[in-house]
Amino acid sequence: MAPPTGLRRLLGGMGNDGNWLSLSEHIERFGDSPASAMGAEELARLLDDSGLRGRGGAGFPAAVKVRAVGSRRGRLVVVANGAEGEPASSKDRLLLTAAPHLVLDGVGLVAEALDVGEAIVCVKRVDAAAHEAVAQALVERAEAGTERCEIELVAVASGYVAGEESALVNELNGGPPGRPTFVPPRPFQSGVGGRPTLIQNVETFAHIGLIGRFGSEWYREQGTPEDPGTHLVTLSGAVQSPGVYEMEGGGSLEDLIGAAGGVAGEVQAYLIGGYGGTWFDAALAPRLGLGHADMRAVGGALGPGIVVVLPAGACGIAETARVLRFMAEESSGQCGPCVHGLAAVAYELEELAAGVAGPGAVDRLERWCADIDRRGACSHPDGAVRMVRSCLTAFSADLAQHESGHACRVPHGAREVLPLPGDLAWAG
Amino acid sequence: MSPPHLRVNPITCTGHGICAELFPERIRLDDWGYPVIDEAPVHGDLIDHAQRAVEACPTMALLLEARARAGVED
Repeated sequence: MAPPTGLRRLLGGMGNDGNWLSLSEHIERFGDSPASAMGAEELARLLDDSGLRGRGGAGFPAAVKVRAVGSRRGRLVVVANGAEGEPASSKDRLLLTAAPHLVLDGVGLVAEALDVGEAIVCVKRVDAAAHEAVAQALVERAEAGTERCEIELVAVASGYVAGEESALVNELNGGPPGRPTFVPPRPFQSGVGGRPTLIQNVETFAHIGLIGRFGSEWYREQGTPEDPGTHLVTLSGAVQSPGVYEMEGGGSLEDLIGAAGGVAGEVQAYLIGGYGGTWFDAALAPRLGLGHADMRAVGGALGPGIVVVLPAGACGIAETARVLRFMAEESSGQCGPCVHGLAAVAYELEELAAGVAGPGAVDRLERWCADIDRRGACSHPDGAVRMVRSCLTAFSADLAQHESGHACRVPHGAREVLPLPGDLAWAG
Repeated sequence: MSPPHLRVNPITCTGHGICAELFPERIRLDDWGYPVIDEAPVHGDLIDHAQRAVEACPTMALLLEARARAGVED
């Protein structure tokens, strides 16, 4: 079976109009399910050679996780994380709805290689279509009788931190959703049912399934040596065609925008990496690479593949204030610095956006950000702080205006850009 | 044996603050009363102060650990 050429690897596994391919259509397009004869170490080596990194945001090498869990004793667990908590991300929902067999191929391959006792796919309860698609896909696979490990579909809660690894494990263990736990132990040591648990984003499993079929060299045919393969990126805001795109690893922001038909109107800034990500002034855009090293060099990260384009007519301070209020509300409420810190930052930003912040507002914000960073049980506050700090840099002109008592130049009631759950404008 | 490191479990911590009173060399309180811990290794005489602070924490949130958590340099 000829491997996919070009960039449309995962997107190529989808049917028309967001419908999914049946199992037989899927096999027709990609060939039989990937070889199941390999063990944990062989799989780890394959993933090592491919250089695949997780697609959930942390970008951790997949091989390392496979080895960490695969080398442990007892009944192992594998979990596909489709709990996509970032409001500006829809790639996981798309993948689960339109190409569930891609994800299940990867889960099945890993489950067999590690000889796990349990394999779980987590889909948000509210993603009804994704749920339906995965459920049907599982029925097809059961009827075909090719799956050697039973995969369980579990509906999980929504929420910004619901997909955080330890929080997801907590929920799967019967605990409340959206409550990260203190680590160590991490899931790979003690996870679902106290067992060593391998958790990967659903997109990561989709890539693993294809690597299992076509190999690591094929995987590396796209992307760069440091950033091999392809990424799904959710692109929204002031572009001609917002949506989910598949881009090459190490690609440029310009190429991504180009694929979406270019910008729509004058652009002010780019938010890269989601709401735990980084603002970049538009002037930097021509030089911005989205690869791991490129992003790190400018203090950013692609995260779970999210880019939001801010038009010139919006106010970055006001947008950030809205998001920070959301981030403060999404705190699990367990850690003082996060609960109190994000609330204080959100309030200060709201005051700034309205032009009524007290003197020293920016100094206070910077001091709070420095204090809040890395002081929660999870990285939720770290992301929020990153976004705030980058806001203070990227929107320095508007910041000066707001600091000196001017309210937003954006007319009151103007349409907000960054999507939040519950917004009328947000399709969800 | 290499020197230990202080760490707080931020979930168990309720911001009681006695740790900062007992070990101000390495612990201060943020604007909301929660401990900001200097995670550098604790040497020599300071270890006693660290131990006392750990024992005094009413929720046992303060920990003296053999290894630094990931990302902290020794």
